Amino acid sequence: MSTSVNQANATKMRSMEAQSHAALQKAKLSIRDLDFFYGENQALKHVNLDYPEKQVTGMIGPSGCGKSTLLRCLNRMYDLYPGQRAVGEVLMEGTNILSPGIDVNQLRSRIGMVFQKPTPFPMSIYENIAFGVKLHERLSKSQMDERVEWSFTRAALWGEVKDRLTTSAMGLSGGQQQRLCIARTIATRPDVILLDEPTSALDPISTLKIEELIDELKRDFTIAIVTHNMQQAARCADQVAFFYLGEMVEVGTAAHIFTAPQEKRTQEYITGRFG
Amino acid sequence: MSGAAEHIVRSFEVELNRLRGMLSEMGGLVEEQVASACSSVIEQDTDTAARAVETDPRVDQMEYEIEQFAIRLLALRQPMAQDLRLIVAAFKISGDLERIGDYAANVAKRSIVLEQFRLPSTLTGLENMSRLVQENLKTVMDAVGESDADKALEVWNSDERIDDIYNALFRELVTYMMEDPRNITPCTHLLFIAKNLERIGDHATNIAENLYYTVKGELLTGTRPKGDQSAFAVVRSPAEAKT
Repeated sequence: MSTSVNQANATKMRSMEAQSHAALQKAKLSIRDLDFFYGENQALKHVNLDYPEKQVTGMIGPSGCGKSTLLRCLNRMYDLYPGQRAVGEVLMEGTNILSPGIDVNQLRSRIGMVFQKPTPFPMSIYENIAFGVKLHERLSKSQMDERVEWSFTRAALWGEVKDRLTTSAMGLSGGQQQRLCIARTIATRPDVILLDEPTSALDPISTLKIEELIDELKRDFTIAIVTHNMQQAARCADQVAFFYLGEMVEVGTAAHIFTAPQEKRTQEYITGRFG
Repeated sequence: MSGAAEHIVRSFEVELNRLRGMLSEMGGLVEEQVASACSSVIEQDTDTAARAVETDPRVDQMEYEIEQFAIRLLALRQPMAQDLRLIVAAFKISGDLERIGDYAANVAKRSIVLEQFRLPSTLTGLENMSRLVQENLKTVMDAVGESDADKALEVWNSDERIDDIYNALFRELVTYMMEDPRNITPCTHLLFIAKNLERIGDHATNIAENLYYTVKGELLTGTRPKGDQSAFAVVRSPAEAKT
């Protein structure tokens, strides 16, 4: 009796799981058998992961687990450093973005990145946005004005900067600078936004503003966020992937990962039992 | 409900253990209360009845303490996964135990009234029922203490027997009432006592469900054999049956 009930339950739970995954959109990015090396050191091992379109995927794990490395693979950031190489595939709409023929500048305008510390350029608030757009598009003055306003509006910063567009971006607060970086990233109208611990240098209120912004942005963009803050992953992400020692240990909906993870390593990490 | 590895933050580990301890303590108290209530009926003993009634405020107090402690842990520790499940389960289990305590106190009160009456039958059915209910309650609280999902499942599956006895008792008592109106008062009390015991059994299965989820992270969602058929029972008097 007990065994049959157990089995019936297990089947039912699996189908519920499948449904909750099916609720996620089709994949915008698909990682297939990805290995990554820093010289001789292998930092990622056979990673397979889908990033559902217009959803937030959170990547969590202890320091050195490979989550930031993975993010750097997604826009070929590692190309800038000799001795670093990726083996495997990252597919975006069927194209492997790791293949040598890919125009990396073009790629980075489609897959934008925001870093841990705000990195405004030492120029005016307006130019911070216009600068990146000019690299990829020829726009008239009025078109550019429109794009700048659109970007700041989408980044929930327009009200705070519209009267000081010509002043230096360095005068903004940390939270404003980070939203400026997000505005700069979306100004090229990318498909995917990569966020590498975007709030770790911010105060709690600025953090919540960024989280609210992430929730807004996912209507238009596919988002991947690396965070050390588990509660942040729980609040922001639709899908969460746990990494450990270069391996993707477990992936599932945020609700699943934070209430009933299946893997022992995931359980131990998210409950603070890693030792 | 304890995991293999310990928390990095030891004070959280200590708090979770304290929560488990509080649950066990409350479980023990309620088990005693139910035992007193049952024996007050079977042995017709007003002293044990009084003891069961007097325990109730302490049980209520423990529920309050567990709730407050659980809320504090949720707010201050922001627990995840099995820790979150344990804390939510403690919240719910303490509520079930509190209800069980209420039913036990009600049984005890009725046993005091019953003393004034000559009972139309032996109390064998009720005795069997009270034994099964106490067994289930003990097993499920042991399961809580040992984080034993299989034991919880055992309790979940065995509630049906309690329901069967209850259905039989219902018919038996209604028949006595039809035979002689002087039986109506004692039999009504006996009926409520049986119903209270049946409800205690149901709360024990609730605890089993909560524990199962805490340990496994999966809901116990199969259909449980539900056995209280008394809502549909029709018992006709011999006179009625002839016409």
